Amino acid sequence: MTRRSFLRRGTAATGAVAALAASLSPLKEITDTDSFSMSKFLQKHYKEMDGKDMASALERISKEVEKRYDIRPNIRDIKPMDGVEFVYALNLTRCIGCRKCVHACVAENNQSHSPEIQYIRVLEMPRGSLDIEQGNHHYDRPTVPDEDHFYMPIQCHQCANPPCVKVCPVEATWQEPDGITVIDYDWCIGCRYCEAACPYWARRFNFTRPEIPKDKLNTNMSYLSNRPRQKGVMEKCHFCLHRTREGKMPACLEVCPTGARKFGNILDPKSEVRQILESKRVFVLKQEVGTLPRFFYYFDERDPINLKVPTGTEGDRP
Amino acid sequence: MTNDTKSFIHEYPRFLWRCFRLSFVGDWKYYSWMFTLSVIALFGLNAYAKQFVQGLGTTGMSDQVSWGLYIANFTYLVGVAAAAVMLVIPVYIYKNKELHNLVIFGELLAVSAILMCLLFITADLGRPDRFHHLLLRFNFPRSILTWDVIALNGYLLLNLHICGYLIYCAYNKRTPTRKFYIPFVFIAIVWAISIHTVTAFLYSGLGGRPFWNSAVIAPRFLASAFAAGPAIIVLTLQVIRASTGYPVSEKAIGTLKKIITVALAINMFLLGSEVFTEFYTGAAHSISAQYLYFGLDGRHALVPWIWTSIALNTFALVALFTPASNKRWVLNVACAAMIVGIWIEKGMGLIVPAFIPSPLGEIVEYKPTLNEILVSIGIWAFGILIYTILVRVTIPVLYGELLVDKVYRTDAVQKDVNTSPALTP
Repeated sequence: MTRRSFLRRGTAATGAVAALAASLSPLKEITDTDSFSMSKFLQKHYKEMDGKDMASALERISKEVEKRYDIRPNIRDIKPMDGVEFVYALNLTRCIGCRKCVHACVAENNQSHSPEIQYIRVLEMPRGSLDIEQGNHHYDRPTVPDEDHFYMPIQCHQCANPPCVKVCPVEATWQEPDGITVIDYDWCIGCRYCEAACPYWARRFNFTRPEIPKDKLNTNMSYLSNRPRQKGVMEKCHFCLHRTREGKMPACLEVCPTGARKFGNILDPKSEVRQILESKRVFVLKQEVGTLPRFFYYFDERDPINLKVPTGTEGDRP
Repeated sequence: MTNDTKSFIHEYPRFLWRCFRLSFVGDWKYYSWMFTLSVIALFGLNAYAKQFVQGLGTTGMSDQVSWGLYIANFTYLVGVAAAAVMLVIPVYIYKNKELHNLVIFGELLAVSAILMCLLFITADLGRPDRFHHLLLRFNFPRSILTWDVIALNGYLLLNLHICGYLIYCAYNKRTPTRKFYIPFVFIAIVWAISIHTVTAFLYSGLGGRPFWNSAVIAPRFLASAFAAGPAIIVLTLQVIRASTGYPVSEKAIGTLKKIITVALAINMFLLGSEVFTEFYTGAAHSISAQYLYFGLDGRHALVPWIWTSIALNTFALVALFTPASNKRWVLNVACAAMIVGIWIEKGMGLIVPAFIPSPLGEIVEYKPTLNEILVSIGIWAFGILIYTILVRVTIPVLYGELLVDKVYRTDAVQKDVNTSPALTP
């Protein structure tokens, strides 16, 4: 190799390395919550963790929350109860479209305030149609309800045949024994296939690092529900499992001023939701897609007694 | 250890090293081409580094339109990769003589296209740092995405093996042993069709997206891929012929032209069938098609795209049917038109409209950001760079200039070499 060609090659190689380094320079900006750590990298899938694994994962998450929000959370892994399958029933006659449920949900479940993430979308529907394509997502009225409309809140339907679970390539989302579809935020790879598969637009993606004001953080957390999420992962409604698995009602129900929202265990014959499903004429959204939702809608019947057909009445014969 | 394996262990790294060295050798045109591609790829890498730090908020995607430019390019490139089979089938099944020495360029194109596919998928992931979760909990066979992972990586390995084996044999002046590659060629034929079919099933399997939930998606994918892919190969072959003097016969181009014409005609027919079903029925599920072709509620971001695509494809089809397409420049223009036309059809015409309106009827439009465009162009530049290198080192081997026992002149590849290619399938 001549001296000249050595110099030429050296210059070219140095230039190439410098250009590569310059193009990678944005990586310097990485925040420490997003930075690489061996314990995060090696953390197992939720279903493969034993008690010790979970304890150390919860400890790591607590530390991260404490570091970012200056407060130590009470974070647990709450398991489903035996003999429980949760369903939701929503009375469209009573809903007034006040969106209190939307905001109670955000406060309870530590959704990002910037960018804004909400699990519940309330549609303002014209009377005479149940076609959600007709709904107005962005109605903005000084007072609700508007007389010519009714209101239809939509959130995760916790389907018994969930397309989102089927399509996930890494099993980061699954259906729990009590019917709630959950996400392991530490396992999701962020491909958003579940978001494309969901017919109810129930899933949300963290396009950037979620921001929650320090004083707005709910410190009562659980692993599969409302602990703070990272950027690049999916999240969704989980029927407030950290509340409902301990006998409380979901936040959206508690805040509802009209009692339009009903929630409970369908396997319990005395539960209110069981009564509603047995006595009211309930329906589900997009029944034709075959997802078998656990979220039912119904209207109050004007006079349910008179609508009941006496037993033994003969039908018309052809 | 036999002598053969011993010499392989010595020779193979030397072969790779020589190929690596050779990829830095060329005339000024080669250097400026490679320099330009490298610069674009580095801009793309820079844009990706920004996205990696800030998240996918740097793209134009949203919860409503959750897939965009990346998945569109991915889908298109799966088609390009699959289209290599349109050279393989004539050569290995119909014993076509003209395409004989060209089939390897199709297979190398498949390798580069699959690399680009994998990069586009990586760019689309919210958590690329968790890629290994795919190995630890693989939702197979339930998730079609896992089928696609197998299909794409399998296809990459098949083509790497076939090309690598044939080129390495030529380098060693050995006649390739049939049993070491012919079975893989036939597996690759079926596999090529499967990669695009599985990719179509990714979309058509979703009941919640009526625009995709159609049986015609997979056939349409194949038809459009078998038009756009060979069109890219036609243009590539002409560049190879012009820049290296490698023999590309008019008959070979003619065969590819026939394939392109038939595939494009079938694609247009399938498109017509779909448009008819969407609009004549007038059912509610045609609402995305309504948005795509005519706009909805005063929003019509995709309308110019789809009509441009239809115009380009129609022009290409008409041009190919007329005798004028025997002129090389007409053929080139037609090929370029359909390469762009089908690219639009896959992205702005198929991926994006399925998200508009959202499943709850909300209309949120999609417009890629500059950062997202830079990442995409960067991946294309990187893929083309890889393809250039692959072709750059393959041609001297096939010419018999770069051989195991021959010192290769490290100056530019000479034109007008009469040695016939050593590659014999």
